[in-house]
Amino acid sequence: MRQTALNAAHRAAGARMVDFGGWDMPLHYGSQVDEHHWVRQHAGLFDVSHMCVVDLQGEGCADFMRRLVANDVAKLKQSGKALYTCMLNHSGGVIDDLIVYYIDPSHYRIVVNAGTRDKDLAWIAEQAEGSGLQISERDDLSMVALQGPEARALLLGLLDDEDRASVEALTRFSAAQVGELFVARTGYTGEDGFEIVLPSAQVEHWWDRLLGAGAKPAGLGARDTLRLEAGMNLYGQDMDESVSPLECALAWTVAFDPPERDFIGRGALEQQRSQGVARRLVALVLDQRGVLRHGQTVRSAAGEGVITSGSFSPTLGKSIAFALLPAEHGESLEVDMRGRWLPLRLVKAPFVKAGKAAPGIDP
Amino acid sequence: MSEIPGDLRFLKSHEWARVEDDGSVRVGISAHAQSQLGDLVYVELPEVGAEFDSGSACAVVESVKAASDIYAPIGGRVLAVNDALSDRPEIINEDAFGEGWIFTLAPSNPDEIAAMLDADAYAQLLKDED
Repeated sequence: MRQTALNAAHRAAGARMVDFGGWDMPLHYGSQVDEHHWVRQHAGLFDVSHMCVVDLQGEGCADFMRRLVANDVAKLKQSGKALYTCMLNHSGGVIDDLIVYYIDPSHYRIVVNAGTRDKDLAWIAEQAEGSGLQISERDDLSMVALQGPEARALLLGLLDDEDRASVEALTRFSAAQVGELFVARTGYTGEDGFEIVLPSAQVEHWWDRLLGAGAKPAGLGARDTLRLEAGMNLYGQDMDESVSPLECALAWTVAFDPPERDFIGRGALEQQRSQGVARRLVALVLDQRGVLRHGQTVRSAAGEGVITSGSFSPTLGKSIAFALLPAEHGESLEVDMRGRWLPLRLVKAPFVKAGKAAPGIDP
Repeated sequence: MSEIPGDLRFLKSHEWARVEDDGSVRVGISAHAQSQLGDLVYVELPEVGAEFDSGSACAVVESVKAASDIYAPIGGRVLAVNDALSDRPEIINEDAFGEGWIFTLAPSNPDEIAAMLDADAYAQLLKDED
């Protein structure tokens, strides 16, 4: 199994380790619910070094990126600015979702999912054939995410004056290189905070410094409940190569303008857009006892669908889910909870905002 | 891993049972089971008075991670359930062998308990699972 540079640190902290797509990763360090609340109220620290940082460099890089992904990197004008996007196949299915950072016109950095690393790199290499672009998988780098309302103050307190000023100036979804740290004001929890890319040789030093300053380690268990509450999709569950971004609530990440930009999958998406999609990813709340789980059947007036992500929401104290349903599903929905049909309430994601139930989520 | 109390008997599916002084049998899940499940969020208790055969599903514990059936370790009638778990299922995480008990049974055949694993055999089972 593959290990991150923090493997020994996790074990020393008493983590329960699990096989996560071939990586030996911390599920939790005692209580995933406590870690969840800590992130919502203070600042949690995640090892996300299993994710894959790729640098694309060379002349024509901007044009290449504009074809490779469904969102338009031409929106990125300032160095360090970031964009969330899907990378599609020719039929409009999602190969992966990723964040693109604009460094300069001949250098973009992308961060892709751990489980899709190999197929992503193969796909990108195939598209880049003959372009002369240099595509480097940055195995020398690690990544941690510091997330929560106290994350900003906590990191700023550890930086010298010059670096602090750079990080303090970061707006949401932008990044800066400060010393050995590539600091991005992004995350996967719905909270303010940072994702920090740094040399693997330094990561344990910074992990310890951030914990010393008051962050608590949080595992992949809390990461999953936090992202679901925040209304964020998980690749491989909420979408895959058979699902288009128009179906899985990611239409906002597809830039159809300008119409002459010919990104991969565009033709298929335009057809879906004019004909209407067959399925839609929706957000659901279960107001009674029970926990919605991946794979449970949901029935609607228009036919059956399936829960793609479901969990107990520690912030709301009840269960929440995403489900992929027939497009004309209507409001009357029920889930098969081990043989019993329980009513579901259709809501608008996110479920949680600023640490509390988002408007419209409480009945 | 916490100590396994010597007066308990176990199923391979990680339920424990203890014969009380009045002959009733108290049932819960082991410290190992709660640790595998992680933070518990719901417990579905059996109804007082309900009758179960040995090995039949009679309760459900749900954690953030998974739902798990609880099997009656021996046949009998439910005498009492631990209502505190309805509001605070995490008691099982905190004290699986004590305050985290789930229900008590009036056994239909008290000899059935002898078929369960003793503490040493259960400890060996956990070791083999590792």
